Amino acid sequence: MLRLEKRPNPSRFWLYATPVVAVVLTMFFGGLLFALMGTNPFAVIRTIFWDPLFGEFAFYLRGQLLVKAGPLILIAIGLSLGFRAGIWNIGAEGQYIMGAICGAAVGLAVYPTENRLIFPLMILAGAFGGWAWAMIPAILKTRFNTNEILVSLMLVYVAQTILAKASTGFLKNPEGMGFPGSRNFSGYPAAANPELIAGSGLHWGGVAALIVAVAAWVLLSRHIIGFQIRLSGQAPRAARFHGVNPSRLVVLCMGLSGALAGLAGLFEVTGPAGQISIDFNVGYGFTAIIVAFLGRLNPIGIVLAGVLMALTYVGGEMASTNLRLPAAAIQVFQGMLLFFLLGVDVLTNYRIRMAKGG
Amino acid sequence: MLRRTLLATAAAGLGLMTAGGAMAAGMDKVKACFVYVGPIGDGGWTYQHHQGALAVQEAYGDKVEIQYQESVPEGADAERVLTQMALGGCNIIFTTSFGYMDPTNAVAAKFPDVKFEHATGFKREHPNVSTYNARFYEGRAVQGTIAGMMTKSNKIGYIGSFPIPEVMNGINAYYLAAKKVNPNVELSVVWAFTWFDPAKEADSAKALIDQGVDVIAAHTDSTAPLAEAAKAGGAVIGFGQASDMEAYKPSPRVSSIIDNWAPYYVERVGALLDGTYEQSDVWAGIAGGEVLIGDITDAVPAEVKAAAEKVRDDIAAGTLHPFTGPIKKQDGSDWLAEGATAPDGDLLGMNFYVEGITGDIPK
Repeated sequence: MLRLEKRPNPSRFWLYATPVVAVVLTMFFGGLLFALMGTNPFAVIRTIFWDPLFGEFAFYLRGQLLVKAGPLILIAIGLSLGFRAGIWNIGAEGQYIMGAICGAAVGLAVYPTENRLIFPLMILAGAFGGWAWAMIPAILKTRFNTNEILVSLMLVYVAQTILAKASTGFLKNPEGMGFPGSRNFSGYPAAANPELIAGSGLHWGGVAALIVAVAAWVLLSRHIIGFQIRLSGQAPRAARFHGVNPSRLVVLCMGLSGALAGLAGLFEVTGPAGQISIDFNVGYGFTAIIVAFLGRLNPIGIVLAGVLMALTYVGGEMASTNLRLPAAAIQVFQGMLLFFLLGVDVLTNYRIRMAKGG
Repeated sequence: MLRRTLLATAAAGLGLMTAGGAMAAGMDKVKACFVYVGPIGDGGWTYQHHQGALAVQEAYGDKVEIQYQESVPEGADAERVLTQMALGGCNIIFTTSFGYMDPTNAVAAKFPDVKFEHATGFKREHPNVSTYNARFYEGRAVQGTIAGMMTKSNKIGYIGSFPIPEVMNGINAYYLAAKKVNPNVELSVVWAFTWFDPAKEADSAKALIDQGVDVIAAHTDSTAPLAEAAKAGGAVIGFGQASDMEAYKPSPRVSSIIDNWAPYYVERVGALLDGTYEQSDVWAGIAGGEVLIGDITDAVPAEVKAAAEKVRDDIAAGTLHPFTGPIKKQDGSDWLAEGATAPDGDLLGMNFYVEGITGDIPK
């Protein structure tokens, strides 16, 4: 009989080995799944993990990895700060939407004025939109002790309704013949967020993601707030004795993660997506939760995890088109990654022992 | 290497207009690619497009290669999928949902040698972009006739996806036809804000049934509304949407609108093969065979069936237009004068309910 025994301290080895083992297990069992479906598993794994980086069309797909990874990293880093302190913002998807709407609204309000200040102003508005949306669960928690998980999650659906209203109503393109969707920012240079180097896939969102990753690393390892965040997560009582104000920390972590999600939304709507539309959000806010954990809530880890997750999307699409795999098989594959990650993660805090005598 | 240069140049903003007439010579082999918004097993919209794709394969055999991608989100992801397809050697790409409009045009600018065909949209910003659509509202007039005659509660329902003109056409045509045969009929519209989400669609159907609605038409892609109607044990009927949905025959599915894309797809790929391909904007209906009315089952009385078939045949013959005046808008203002029929421009931009429908269009 196998038995789980709690470790006195989390294992450092398993902390870092978990993502690697999870990826390997996903490849193995995913490959098994593909083989059962009658596709060559090695071809699928190669198409997903190798081709986007080094294959025939890598020159295009590498850039697309950045396009996909940028918002994931930006959002996941914000979330990881809260997660470390035991503050669970699950509603990044809603904050992402609200950031995009607020930022886009500022740009569309002054259309077609050309001014250098417009884009920076939109960035501020985007961050504000996400921040304000995250403040709702934050303040409800600190004032009335509501559960931030539920409130932030519910607000995603509210945000989606506002998004639908925006695209069919107040942000609708007046020249769109009645069809839903805002003007396309690609036709409005002052408010657009194009690729910084043609073909690279890198836009301001990617730059922001890298800057934020470094800033978060510095914050966590060198700044007193980073210390407070870590302490609150590991030992809430000790944190209180150290003078950490829990309410202040909730407002700070929720606000930061909301603002970053809002930024991601703004960069997306002005860049790759191009316009506010009913289907603007494609789940970055939820996927970022996986990315945050896959990256061990560590800024550098999150950057790597974001790229890995982007790889499963871009490569998964390739596998689906070229090898005729159903889209659902790719989604199962992505789901496996989280499943194995959480499964293997048990080993960080527990060890497996053989129980004596059965 | 050539493709790479091409992409980089186009991305730098230099238009490449060298392809004009390059296809005139015809082609030996065509790679035809399809982008789907849902899974091919949705039993509705995407399923029918995929049937069209299979028909192309059937028609030309070795001369075509079919490639497709399911469940592509509308937006930035679509642009990547389209680019990958174009890079991968697709000669013609069919983008089969409204939300692919801007991505289709954006990618078309970068690949002037590839033909793009966008379903249900209106933007043709480049010479290699064509659009196509079907007059689904003609089928709605047939369904409305059945609904008006069959309802016992005088309450009929419609599950709307998004308030875009195509859906508004359908709602108004359905209501007008029902009203014509049953002046007491009332229409409830529920907005699902999705094309494919069986759970949401089922909830919408349930909400309608709870209001006393006994005939449901859906403008979403799955069979969930029919499954929900089936639970009412014969008291509620509905229609197959986009696909025949014959599994729910003879009731609750009493008829259906079948999107028949096969003739169009076969024609367009054929034109590419023989060199006669030209940019176009096609909007055919029952007469053109793009909109088929699925078998009307014995669950409806013979006179209802006859009335519905007459509407179908009159539309096909061109003697009946589902939007024939006098028709007023919901706010009471005039739309069509006595005997006038709706111009296509009005239909393509329709953003209002006709008089008699209650409720607001989501803004």
